[in-house]
Amino acid sequence: MNALLRNKLRAFLTMLGIIIGVASVIAMLGIGQGSKLSIQQQIAGMGLNLVTVVPGSQQRGGVQFGASTMQSLKETDVAAILSDCPAVLAASPEVRGNGQAVFGALNWPTSLYGENESYLQIRERSVTNGRMFTDRELSSAAKVCLMGQTVVKNLFGEGADPVGQVIRFKKIPFLVIGVLDSKGLNTFGQDQDDLILAPYTTVQKRVLAITWVQSIYTSAVDSKSTADAATQIEETVRRQHKIKASDQDDFTIRNQTELLSTFSSVSNILTILLGAIAGISLLVGGIGIMNIMYVSVTERTREIGLRMAIGGKGFDILLQFLTESILLSITGGIIGILLGIAASKIIGSTMGWPIVVLPSSEILSFAVCTVIGVFFGWYPARKAASLDPIDALRYE
Amino acid sequence: MKKLIEIIKLKKDYYVGEVTVHALRGVDMVVNEGEFVAIMGASGSGKSTMLNIIGCLDKPTEGEYILDGISISSLSKNDLSGLRNQKLGFVFQTYNLLPRTNALDNVELPLLYNKTVKTKERIERAKSALESVGLSDRMHHKPNQLSGGQQQRVAIARSLVNDPVVILADEATGNLDTRTSYEIMALFQELNNKGKTIVFVTHEPDIARCATRNIIFKDGVILRESEVKDRINALEMLASIPLEAD
Repeated sequence: MNALLRNKLRAFLTMLGIIIGVASVIAMLGIGQGSKLSIQQQIAGMGLNLVTVVPGSQQRGGVQFGASTMQSLKETDVAAILSDCPAVLAASPEVRGNGQAVFGALNWPTSLYGENESYLQIRERSVTNGRMFTDRELSSAAKVCLMGQTVVKNLFGEGADPVGQVIRFKKIPFLVIGVLDSKGLNTFGQDQDDLILAPYTTVQKRVLAITWVQSIYTSAVDSKSTADAATQIEETVRRQHKIKASDQDDFTIRNQTELLSTFSSVSNILTILLGAIAGISLLVGGIGIMNIMYVSVTERTREIGLRMAIGGKGFDILLQFLTESILLSITGGIIGILLGIAASKIIGSTMGWPIVVLPSSEILSFAVCTVIGVFFGWYPARKAASLDPIDALRYE
Repeated sequence: MKKLIEIIKLKKDYYVGEVTVHALRGVDMVVNEGEFVAIMGASGSGKSTMLNIIGCLDKPTEGEYILDGISISSLSKNDLSGLRNQKLGFVFQTYNLLPRTNALDNVELPLLYNKTVKTKERIERAKSALESVGLSDRMHHKPNQLSGGQQQRVAIARSLVNDPVVILADEATGNLDTRTSYEIMALFQELNNKGKTIVFVTHEPDIARCATRNIIFKDGVILRESEVKDRINALEMLASIPLEAD
């Protein structure tokens, strides 16, 4: 062990290979994990827990009428889902109408969404200015609305406060009571701020004049229970619609799990790729250790001879060199882990990338270092242990 | 008197390629407890091979070697290591101290391979070994801060630390000037007077005269064996050499 301290610079240079290897493994895995997590968060932002129920396609005399053409979903389905599905946290009916919103001389084509008060929770949105509509406004089909930022910009101008103003949508006056937070474009490039939100009762009765709902948005208790929620909703809605066991559903249930798994697998491949590149540098570091250990064995042949002459057994010599290489790789590993974490932080803050260093990748790198120490130290140590003391003592 | 080393009809062959080298061709030899034996001989006479075998670094091809009552021919490599650690002390021509390691740590080294010696005892024994060679004030010096003679004394302290039955010295004065050589020999004589058995290989006749008995090798056999009649007292010799003579 003293041998390492005797040759500090060399020990450090040897460790450098491992340090860089481990640091890059940590940083690369951190970048991979970070991108995976940020994709997950983006999808969760769209509502990862989201489970959607849309009507099935209408079929008359064998002719299909396209998706979601049936008028089978009702408010009562929403109530049943909320009471009968333990995996569902919140549910909102949705009715939609497109049209021109008008304020004063300005107008803007947008969509009017009719929802209930759970909308904010289900879609993970918030009201930045003003308030959400109340239960009373919902039950009385009050003509109140909230606006997305895009609509505010186009009807009132940038930065203006529309709360308290009255706009018209398809000639129906709505009192603006709040403004929604800005969410920007979603993954598919749709502007999530280009909407007007109103109680679904208002949209049903006063705008569209319908009694059914176009879809039901529900939120599962967490992202893992979306599948359970889907099953429970299916059973509940089938019961509600009195569908026989032999008949097909008159509705379709969608969730985001598939989307998520696609994105996850992409970023998993990315992580593996980055990790493999970093792993190669770790391997190179290990070979560096092996090389130095070989040099060290040759250089210290006489010392080995002496140690054997005064009673060191082959095993003692093996252990000595193995300990040195393991010590080198573990010390290098620890420094590498610290450096990797620091590098991740720096990359994360300067490039603005989300970087997540998992404890598991730290433990993994540490374990790999130990294995490298044993593996690459073994052959030089064996060489040292198998020397003949007489030859070793005479070695020049 | 107790026989510490008993060698019976010992032969040693080396195989270099297809050629067989008969390094030792039948040696009978006894070293008793308390003796100071100098082995002499020209290069290639087999004296180094003899010392390697006495030192349990090598095994004989034929014949018997009994060290302190133990026959070594049946022992394994590990057993031999243990035997070297317990019963033998080595002093080399080139000192073979660990570089950049202080004198005390160098002397402790043999005890590190003896699991029955605890840390505290190890340090105590190393210190007293260094004291017995007169280097108690150089314990924390590294080899490159010591003179050749001092380095060899550290090596002698190292050979003493495990309290061996025999000290084996291979040309221990070979790298030293005359004066320092006699200093080292004086130390050996002092140890011998205290009862240590010493086997010493040298090719300098004057140095050999410091011993009690000389064995001269030639062509793998013992040429002559004789008690030293006019034994040199190294201390007196030392006094007769003027300091500036070197």
